[in-house]
Amino acid sequence: MVQGEIASRQNHSGNNVVFQVSGLTKVYRMGEFEVHALRGVDMELYAGELVVLLGPSGSGKSTLLNILGGLDTASGGQVSYLGISLTQAGDRELTEYRRAHVGFVFQFYNLIPSLTARENVAVVTEIAKDPMTPEEALALVGLTERLDHFPAQLSGGEQQRVAIARAISKNPKVLLCDEPTGALDSGTGIVVLEALDKVNRELGTATVIITHNVDIAGMADRVINLSDGRISQVTVNTEKKSPQDLHW
Amino acid sequence: MKVLNRKVLRDLRHMRGQVLAIAIVITSGMAAFVMFIGAMESLTLTRDRFYREYAFADVFASLKRAPESLRGRIAEIPGVSVVETRVVAPVKLDIAGFPEPVTAQMISIPEHGTPLLNRLYIRSGRMPDPARDEETVVSETFANAHGFKPGDKIGAIINGRKKDLVITGVGLSPEFVLIMRAEALSPDFKRFGILWMGRKALGKSYNMDGAFNDVVMAVQPGADTGRILTEMDEILARYGGLGSYARKDQISNRMLSEEFRMLRRSAEIYPTIFILVAAFLLNVVISRTVSTQREQIAALKAFGYDNLAIGIHYAKLVILIVLLGLAGGAVLGIWLEQRMGQLYMEVYRFPSMLLRINPLTLLAATAISVLSALMGTLHAVWRAARETPAEAMRPEPPAKYSVSFIERIGVGRWLSQPSRIILRNVERKPVRTFLSILGIAVACATMLTSGFFSDAVNYLVQVQFRLAQKEDMKVAFVEPTSRRVVYDLAGLAGVHQVEGFRQVPVRFRFGHRSYKTVIDGVEPDGRLHRLLDDKARPVAVPPSGILLGDYLGELLGVKPGDTITVEVLEGNRAVYQVPVAAMAKQFIGTTGTMDLTALNRLLKEGDSVSGAYLVADSNSWEDLYRQFIRMPRVSGITMRTNEIRNFYDIQAKSMLFFTFVATLMACSIAVGVVYNSARIALSERSRELSSLRVLGYTRGEVSYILLGELGLLVLTAIPLGFLIGYSLCVLIAWALASDLFRIPMVVDPPTYSMAAAVVLASAVVSALIVRRKLDRLDLVEVLKTRE
Repeated sequence: MVQGEIASRQNHSGNNVVFQVSGLTKVYRMGEFEVHALRGVDMELYAGELVVLLGPSGSGKSTLLNILGGLDTASGGQVSYLGISLTQAGDRELTEYRRAHVGFVFQFYNLIPSLTARENVAVVTEIAKDPMTPEEALALVGLTERLDHFPAQLSGGEQQRVAIARAISKNPKVLLCDEPTGALDSGTGIVVLEALDKVNRELGTATVIITHNVDIAGMADRVINLSDGRISQVTVNTEKKSPQDLHW
Repeated sequence: MKVLNRKVLRDLRHMRGQVLAIAIVITSGMAAFVMFIGAMESLTLTRDRFYREYAFADVFASLKRAPESLRGRIAEIPGVSVVETRVVAPVKLDIAGFPEPVTAQMISIPEHGTPLLNRLYIRSGRMPDPARDEETVVSETFANAHGFKPGDKIGAIINGRKKDLVITGVGLSPEFVLIMRAEALSPDFKRFGILWMGRKALGKSYNMDGAFNDVVMAVQPGADTGRILTEMDEILARYGGLGSYARKDQISNRMLSEEFRMLRRSAEIYPTIFILVAAFLLNVVISRTVSTQREQIAALKAFGYDNLAIGIHYAKLVILIVLLGLAGGAVLGIWLEQRMGQLYMEVYRFPSMLLRINPLTLLAATAISVLSALMGTLHAVWRAARETPAEAMRPEPPAKYSVSFIERIGVGRWLSQPSRIILRNVERKPVRTFLSILGIAVACATMLTSGFFSDAVNYLVQVQFRLAQKEDMKVAFVEPTSRRVVYDLAGLAGVHQVEGFRQVPVRFRFGHRSYKTVIDGVEPDGRLHRLLDDKARPVAVPPSGILLGDYLGELLGVKPGDTITVEVLEGNRAVYQVPVAAMAKQFIGTTGTMDLTALNRLLKEGDSVSGAYLVADSNSWEDLYRQFIRMPRVSGITMRTNEIRNFYDIQAKSMLFFTFVATLMACSIAVGVVYNSARIALSERSRELSSLRVLGYTRGEVSYILLGELGLLVLTAIPLGFLIGYSLCVLIAWALASDLFRIPMVVDPPTYSMAAAVVLASAVVSALIVRRKLDRLDLVEVLKTRE
């Protein structure tokens, strides 16, 4: 149902807005305390753009990403994806939404240890509507040679690239990356960022990267700074840097 | 409380589901152990006290008739301490309102009152007055079955004359803890009883004035019973001795000993299974706990805790779980033991049941369980203690996997990724997978063994009462009678078919082995009473030679074609060499069979029979009973339908109880193994499963990976369980086989279905519990933490 609605909006919607967020709040209950992770966030995400969400830990950036990705629900405010409200969706709808529209990349890769690189991608392509082949997805991240290796046989950077291939293989509208280089050294990190940049450019996937690493902001179209649950600053990069030119 | 001890308690609370599942398995094992051992100890204690306090005799002998003066000669046998002569006689009873044939054994009690041996315990009323010839004490089961009280009257046909007896008391004797007619399958409390009566009165009725036909003796401690028996047989030979026998061959004692043997076997088999399963479960759970607590262990070591302290910490966890299970098991076991005691008391009669559990037994069970559980977890604890703190604090690398065997042989192409995950997980830990399968299989096997007993009983009834014994009633004569009587019986109204039989007590000898039993002489073309082979097909009775039961053949080490020595224990007491013609399958008893004519020829007795098998119109049964009661020649009548009913009645109660216990145990093992496997798989793989949920997999799809693996284990385990169960049944049948009966090796399809169903149901329940946890996976949390 939501699926069909989203599909028709995709076809007929004139504007380029992928996410429309307004007045978003999130309150966690931690024992006897209430933690206000988000205190009223308003933002938009446009098709094809690469956004870096910057902020110190506890600023609410992961919470925001989880809500955008349908992993968590908001306490207040509105989030809509291609004009469809995510705030009203139940577990079944959110599962369907993640299955069809969102690609995730995590700090700790979250690969299935019992499946090879190719099969880890196939985990997604098997249930997606119009996916690319696992081989195509892995070629995009430069892993043509490592198709039949198990996670235990891959380096950290390679594992993360498999995760990226897995995320993009369904041709998602959005790619959400939570600290994708957080567990990697800088050299490997840059290879991973190159893969993300390439996907963004070649497939036009709207990409959100969470990081607390200011240097990564250089490769973004827009940089959104979060602090204390609110957007403190939005910067538009007039000159995007290539990941090779980043240093940290 | 020390902080580490507090950690033990919190860990226990944290893992409460798994702790409970393991504790239940241990509880079942302990309960089984306490129940079987406890029942055996209680029964042994009760029996021994009854035997001691009521002077159960050591040696028994029956004979035709001997003068009382022979008593002195018997007493002179070295080693004999007490001799008591008795008059024992079969009697037919005529009970108002109960038209069926009832027989009893009358046993004399001495004129001075209390017997020296096999003394009576008077439950109610009093001993008979020796001066009165109508007073009698009746056995308790018989009195209860008919509702007799002291003061009630019963009619007895003594030597053809009807006499009214007055019940003065209800009693028990160590000689009749179990009261069963010889050759019967199971006790029939309504139709067979024991009556005790003054010696003079009984002696007069049976022409035994100043004579006896039965003798019991006590022997001095350490005396050579074998030699005493030989001397007895020599002395009694002239007086129609039927062969003396020791206490161990006395029927009531014999049945009781068989029961003890069954209890001991069960106490050996079942608790062992449970302890092994529990040790395995503890091993799995503890090694999982240890690996999730890797970092905590590293921290503790970094703070200066040594390996021993950490080892002890986890040992405490294990011991607490075991003790929890044991405590539950002791309570449940004692309760079950009492139920079982009550069940036994319905059949085996003692003045009172001493329910006792030896603290040493409990202690032994505790020690065995704790030790095997500790051994099971030793490896895991050792692994925890071995790692250096720095090593333990680093995250564990991704687990190593490989392509599964099933995929390598080419099936992989058609498998979805979730199915591959299942197969590779199953294959990655082959030992654990195998043990899980084995555990579930054992549950299935336990169920099968409980169903096996009722299948065996059904088969036995089918074979014994529908294929082998086809008569409606069996009429026994007081002594061998001319075969012409068969025609007399055939002439009675309502009788359709009559076949005579001759039964003669004998001792078989082959080489150094011997066995005392009977030879049945049957009409060779008879239809009513047949012998069957192991496929339940009739075996023809050879015109000459003897047909032996298969078990008797084994006991004697005889095969067809051999010639055995037959010593006849009555009449001319001749000794013959008889060729063994063939073997027949025999589940109950251990006898030889011959052609009636050939047997009579051998005995040189002319054409005689000891009784007859009858088929009669059921409408005329009551008339026939009445006629038989009045015939002095007829000593008793046995109805086939009653035999079947009794057999079921007695078996059904204990069977129901054992099925209940076995089902409880099978379920507890199945739940213990399945739940723990599922729970461990869930905690090991929650991260993986959450990742899949994040990638858009539904709850159902994610459940498939986890529960599919369990399903695979369970489905593999069931056929294995059938195999193990069948082997266990074979073992049980073998272990319980005795010359009294053999359990036929039959497991019917519904028993297999039931075993599978119980295991599947337990698995489904466990799966549902885990599924609920699976539905509550925290998707966000799992992405934030590394493994």
